[in-house]
Amino acid sequence: MLAALSVLESVTRTELISSRHFPPPTKIFSTLARELGSATLWSDLANTLGGWALGLALAFAIAVPLGIVVGSSALLHRLLALPIEFLRPIPSVALVPLVVLVYGTGFQSKLFLVVFACLWPLLIQTIYGVQDTDPVAMDTARSFGLGRTERLVLVTLPGAVPYIATGLRISSSVALMLAVTAELVIGSAGLGRSINLAGEGGAVELMYALIVVIGVTGWALNSVFARIERRVLHWHVSVRRLEHAR
Amino acid sequence: MSLLEVHELSKVYGEGAAATPAISELTFAVEEREFVCVIGPSGCGKTTLLRCVAGLLAPTAGSVVLRGKRVARPPDEMALVFQEYNRSLFPWMTARQNVAFPLRRKRLGKQGAARAETALDEVGLGRFVDHYPWQLSGGMQQRVAIARALAYQPSVLLMDEPFASVDAQTRADLEDLILQLRQRFGVTVVFVTHDIDEAVYLGDRIVVLTRAPGRIRETVLVGLPEPRDQIETKALAEFTRLRTHVNRVIKQEAARQPASPDAQGS
Repeated sequence: MLAALSVLESVTRTELISSRHFPPPTKIFSTLARELGSATLWSDLANTLGGWALGLALAFAIAVPLGIVVGSSALLHRLLALPIEFLRPIPSVALVPLVVLVYGTGFQSKLFLVVFACLWPLLIQTIYGVQDTDPVAMDTARSFGLGRTERLVLVTLPGAVPYIATGLRISSSVALMLAVTAELVIGSAGLGRSINLAGEGGAVELMYALIVVIGVTGWALNSVFARIERRVLHWHVSVRRLEHAR
Repeated sequence: MSLLEVHELSKVYGEGAAATPAISELTFAVEEREFVCVIGPSGCGKTTLLRCVAGLLAPTAGSVVLRGKRVARPPDEMALVFQEYNRSLFPWMTARQNVAFPLRRKRLGKQGAARAETALDEVGLGRFVDHYPWQLSGGMQQRVAIARALAYQPSVLLMDEPFASVDAQTRADLEDLILQLRQRFGVTVVFVTHDIDEAVYLGDRIVVLTRAPGRIRETVLVGLPEPRDQIETKALAEFTRLRTHVNRVIKQEAARQPASPDAQGS
């Protein structure tokens, strides 16, 4: 890491790569340090994370209950498989003009794009998780007289949690991507818009500094999720293998 | 009246041209405190029979009657032990939680956890109550499943090839454990197996099924002395005789031509 940075530093200092396109890392980091003291960066970050969090939460609230219902009914799954497969591959970005038309350029547009993109991984993972309930586990619960609802809550759902967790982790990075995209393309307030402004204004160092902020944010969110997953799913094969390898 | 009566039980999977009869007009009874083994060539519908008896599967015709009441869904008086212990136990629960799991419906509160611990103690896992199933060996996992069935305090214990996926030594230990528990709690056992030695060693009576669709080929009374012992019982001439007899019957069955739909089983 350090070696890569020092190579970059010398290449850019000697103008092998034009510093107008790629400023020396030291300059990027000093700009970043300066920005950390400014209110703009923090309000941008709050805006981006706000879109991420609310979008992800809404998508979760819609997709997981829907996935449970669809996953538990063979008929519903057959009926909805086609519409889901049709809507899912539409890139959220393709909806930008439509969203701007309906919601304008504010937070709502960003939220819509994030929710739309996050919905699918969560929905599909939940459906698979519910369908993958072990028939022997189900028979066990039935043989001990558990009713439909009890079986759903006590057997199907815990079994589906690993799937839902994977969906959540995928959707978390998708949410960040879409929040920044919406800010870049539509101009909703946040890190994305500031990157755009910095680029247009020729503030190359600031632009790179903001990109670094987004990278670090994505990495931090991912490690938080991974940590929670390890805690909650300590019983699951994937985590047990991890613990074993350590 | 017997404790458990199976009356002309038939199960056909599918319909029309694709209809596959699994068991056909099975009739037998199980008395209170009896240990009945069900055995037959592979694919003869043993598991189908057990699932119908357990109330997990609706028969196509006939009935299962427990203490004079027709079984339409899993009765509170029965507990089932599956062959696939690793799938039957919940990996997100400890041994204690697994055993206490079916007790939540009996609303025992704190007593449930205590009963679970006692049951785990009975099967020799008193030191492993807080272990997760995947931290235990196969034999120990099946002990947890047995403890779970016991804690439920059933009058009939149904077992579906419970020891088919453990090694020989563990299997012998588990067989003796079941005999012990049955002695102590006076529970009635219906035990499905494909292992002839196991059936003769454990059972008071052996129901031998024909090849599919399963009918009753023969009922063999096992008069071996109690308590049974892995070495002494198996050294008896009577043990060898019974085992050879059952073996011969099953061999004949397996070699028989597939039954045509209207053929009469003996």
